[in-house]
This record gives sequence, C-alpha cells and structure tokens, in this order.
Amino acid sequence: MALLSLHRGYRRRGRRYPREEILTAALFLTPAVVILGAFVIYPIGSAAYLSLTEWSGFGTVQEFIGLDNYRRLLHDGEVGNSLLVTVLYGTGVTIGSCVTGLGLAILLDAPMRGRTIYRTIYFFPVVTSAVAVAVLWRDLLDPAGFVGAALERVGIDNPNWLGNRWLALTALTLVTVWKNLGFNAVLYLTALQAIPAGLYEAGRLDGASSYQLLRRITVPLLAPMTFFVSVQALVTSFQSFDLVYVLTNGGPLGGTDVLGMLTYRTSFRLGEFGYGASIAFVTLALVLGVTLVQWRVSGSGRSPLQ
Amino acid sequence: MRVRAVPLIRHLLLATGALTIVAPLMWMVTTSLKPANAVYQPPYLIPDTFRWSNYEQAWSAAPFAQYYLNTIIMTAGIVAGHVIFDAMAAYAFARLRFPFRNTLFLILLATMLVPQFVTIIPAFALVTALGWLDTYAALIVPRLVDVFGIVLLRQYFATIPVQIEEAARLDGASRMRIFWQLMLPLSRPALATLAMFSFLFAWNDFLWPLLVTNSDELRTIQIGLSAFQGRYGTRWNYLMAGTVTATIPCLVMFVIFQRSLIRGIALTGLKE
Repeated sequence: MALLSLHRGYRRRGRRYPREEILTAALFLTPAVVILGAFVIYPIGSAAYLSLTEWSGFGTVQEFIGLDNYRRLLHDGEVGNSLLVTVLYGTGVTIGSCVTGLGLAILLDAPMRGRTIYRTIYFFPVVTSAVAVAVLWRDLLDPAGFVGAALERVGIDNPNWLGNRWLALTALTLVTVWKNLGFNAVLYLTALQAIPAGLYEAGRLDGASSYQLLRRITVPLLAPMTFFVSVQALVTSFQSFDLVYVLTNGGPLGGTDVLGMLTYRTSFRLGEFGYGASIAFVTLALVLGVTLVQWRVSGSGRSPLQ
Repeated sequence: MRVRAVPLIRHLLLATGALTIVAPLMWMVTTSLKPANAVYQPPYLIPDTFRWSNYEQAWSAAPFAQYYLNTIIMTAGIVAGHVIFDAMAAYAFARLRFPFRNTLFLILLATMLVPQFVTIIPAFALVTALGWLDTYAALIVPRLVDVFGIVLLRQYFATIPVQIEEAARLDGASRMRIFWQLMLPLSRPALATLAMFSFLFAWNDFLWPLLVTNSDELRTIQIGLSAFQGRYGTRWNYLMAGTVTATIPCLVMFVIFQRSLIRGIALTGLKE
C-alpha cells in the first residue's frame, strides 16, 4: 500500500517540534487514541494474556495456565476441522473471486451502452448485508426452493444443498463469490484500464489472436492485481462469520464450522473465554501468514492500486 | 481488455451474468408478496396476486420499526464519529509535526491486520464492566473511530496543497478554523466516500451488535432479521418481507452514492 508511505520525520539535530503543533495534534488525536486504545489496542494485549488463562467470564476466577490452551488446540479435533474448513473455504473463495472478477471486468471493459447499469446490478449483493444474503439463499437452496426447481427443469436432481457437509461448504463458497463478484470486478477493472492500449495494437499488428492477447498481455500484466485480489479474498474469508452464522450455522456436522464460528461458540456460548481467545490467535496467525507472504512477494506491500 | 469481442456476445454474457444477480433479488421481493400456501407450490418468480399484508404481518410479528430506529441511531452515531474523529486524526497525521507521529501511525496501521475475533472478547468484557450491555453506548462508542478512515483521509489531505493552508494562516486563521472551514470543505469527496463506507459497515454489521444487545428494544435490524429467521424458520414470505425491509436502505443509499463508493474502492481496494 502506498498508504504506508510516511513523511520524513521532522526531527533534525537541534530542532524541536513546534509547540503549537504538538498541542493541536494532542487535541486532534485524543478521540482516536482514546477509542482505539480502549477498544482495539488494549484488547489485543488483553486477549494475548487471556489466551494464557482459563476464564469463564465475570464472577469467576481467571487462572493463569501458561500455554495449556495452545497445547489443547493441537489435539482438539474441532480446531483441526475448523482449520481445514477455513482453508478450503478461503481457497475456494479466492479462486472463484479471481476467475469471476476478471471475467466480468473483461466484459465490462469496453465503451458500451448500459455499462453503469450492469455495474450497479452486479454491485447490489456487495452492499446487501451478509445476513440478508444468507436468509435469501437459505430460501433459494431449500429443497422446495428456486435453485432446485431450476435444476430439475434442466434434468438435474436437486441435492439437499445445506444437508451435506461438502455441498454446504460448496454452497457457502459459491454464495460468497456471488456476493463479492461486483467488488472484485471493480478492482480488476481499474487494473485493466491501466494497461496501455498500444500493447494490444502492437500485438495485433504481429498477428496475435484475441486469445493470445488475453493469454500473453492481459493476464500477465494483471498478475499484481490478481495477487492483491487473492490476498484480499483470503484474509476476509479467514475472518468470515455473519454469512456462515445465518446460512449454515457451522453445520451440518461441522462442515462449515469456520474458525470465526468456533471462536464465537467457544467464547460466547460455552463461556470458555481463555480457550476462545487462543483460537482467535489461530485466525490471526493465518492472516499474518498471508500478509507476510504478500509483503515478501510484492516488496513493500505496495497495493497495485497506487 | 481492448480485444474486439463481438458487442452482441459481450451483452449476452453480461446479461446472463446479471440474471444470476437479478433473479435471486427478484425472488426475494416477489416471495415477500406471495400468499403463504403459494410458497410451497412449484416455485415461480412472478406471483399473480401481491400480498402487501405480508409486510404488515412481518412488522407486527417482530418489532421491525424498533429495529429500524435502533439501526438508524447506531448508524448515524458511527458515521458521524468516523467523519469527524477520523478526519481530526488524519489531519494531525497529514499536517502536524509531533513526536512519535510515524510510530503511532504504524501502530494504527498494524491494528488493521488484527481480526475482530482477537479484540472482541476483551472489548466485550470492557463493555460489560462499564455496564453498557444493551445500551446505545455499547453499539456506538467502541466503533466511533476507525483506522481505515484515518488512512483514507490522511491520504486525501496530503493531496491538498499546503500553500492554501499557509495563506490562511498568514491571514490569521487558527488551526481549528483551517480544519473546519478549509480542509473539511475541500475534502468533501473523500468524506462522502468515507461516509458511504461507514454507513454500509454500520448498517450491515452483525457480530458486535449480536454480542452487546439482548433485548428487542436495542437490537439492530440485522440481529432482528437473524432472530426472526430463527423463529419463523421456513415461513419464507414473512422472512423475505423482513429481508427486503433490512436491505432497502442500503440499496437506496448505494444507488444515490455509488460514485463515491466505487471511487473509494478503486482507490483503496477495501470494502470497509
């Protein structure tokens, strides 16, 4: 991200910060520092400590147990299952997002009538809440629902989408891709529009076919954006919750029990706050892992958008 | 891609794709208007009679009006907080010189990487200790500031020439005046983008409101809809009436302000 670029520090030898600016800065930063300090930064530290304790909420003893929660994680079948489900889900969403996002962007990248209307339509699910999308798709995927009727019309037996663990995970993945399609297409579209038209003209003069132009110019030049979209899709799907909570509630048989669901259930349903916190740190590890790879590959973590 | 595809094929593909978006949304709207028995007949998209009373029944089966009110209060608070407090912090980072400026900014950036599941347990404990459970304070105060907005606005402020500000200072304007009467008006496009992001974030947010509210008096529309679905499992016509209810404000806001939103995404690559 060029967002990361910092101004050179003012401090030079013997020079001090202007007093007026320090006071103004203190005033201007107070709300942000108080709110973020209390509800984001302090909780990060507090959660780290919490993950080393056993605590079932207010009025109970919080007992320091060292790394026991983390040891327990390693042997917990539910955690293993959640990790598997989360990674499969993240991978599926990432591949689906790149393919559909790029495809739609290519179709939209031409001067034509109705472009804005298409973009608006494809964006509707992006701005719709995950809860509403989940309720809608529960209905559509219902054995007596619209998807079943459509499939049977073309002679395919309608499976019980949300009744089988692998089908449910597939449905969850597809619904996520469906919801984010417009968003990913807009990202790809900005990258497509940055490719100089001259490259295509040169390619065509050399006798390249449309497919060759796509294969040899568009796709390679979009690699940084594909990488960015992938990281984005992975990181958000590792942290998914709302859609899963309403669409499948983690089921059937844990088939869609992503880490977010497990953290929520362990902490707020079973009241094991310490153990829940340690599971949250597994999610953090996944996110940091992906981010570190991103920084390695793209150097400074510069976004292709800048 | 400037590969010359036949325009007709392009439109055909786009329209087919759009159908996969429009058909489910149509289904949502028309199901909300179907009579109860029709829901179990072979599915059809367009009903021949429209039962507007489904909405009355959904609205009386669950206090959707109260949910709306709560969501509007929460959303207004969060959007106002983001626009004002994020802008103040962004101004300090963009224009003022003070010790540890870059360190502080990097710390804030780093928090953007941390999943909400890490912070949510201690934040919940804190809100409980403050006695805020089931109050508007719990819904609003912890989310009054967000780092994304600070980063976005700092970036935008940096594009405004310092000379304008210096001229105003020579004329004797105070920092406050410069901020309120110069920087904020000049940043209207960026503020609009942030407001749109914040609106969508707040209106659609789920996990935090789920944790800190217990009663219908404080529930937001998303929590209400989720609870409604728990209670009315497969009464799809009522459920869809609730879903349409929860969704309309977002779609309307989006249609009005979509330029701001899409510009913001193209600029930052982020959704919220």
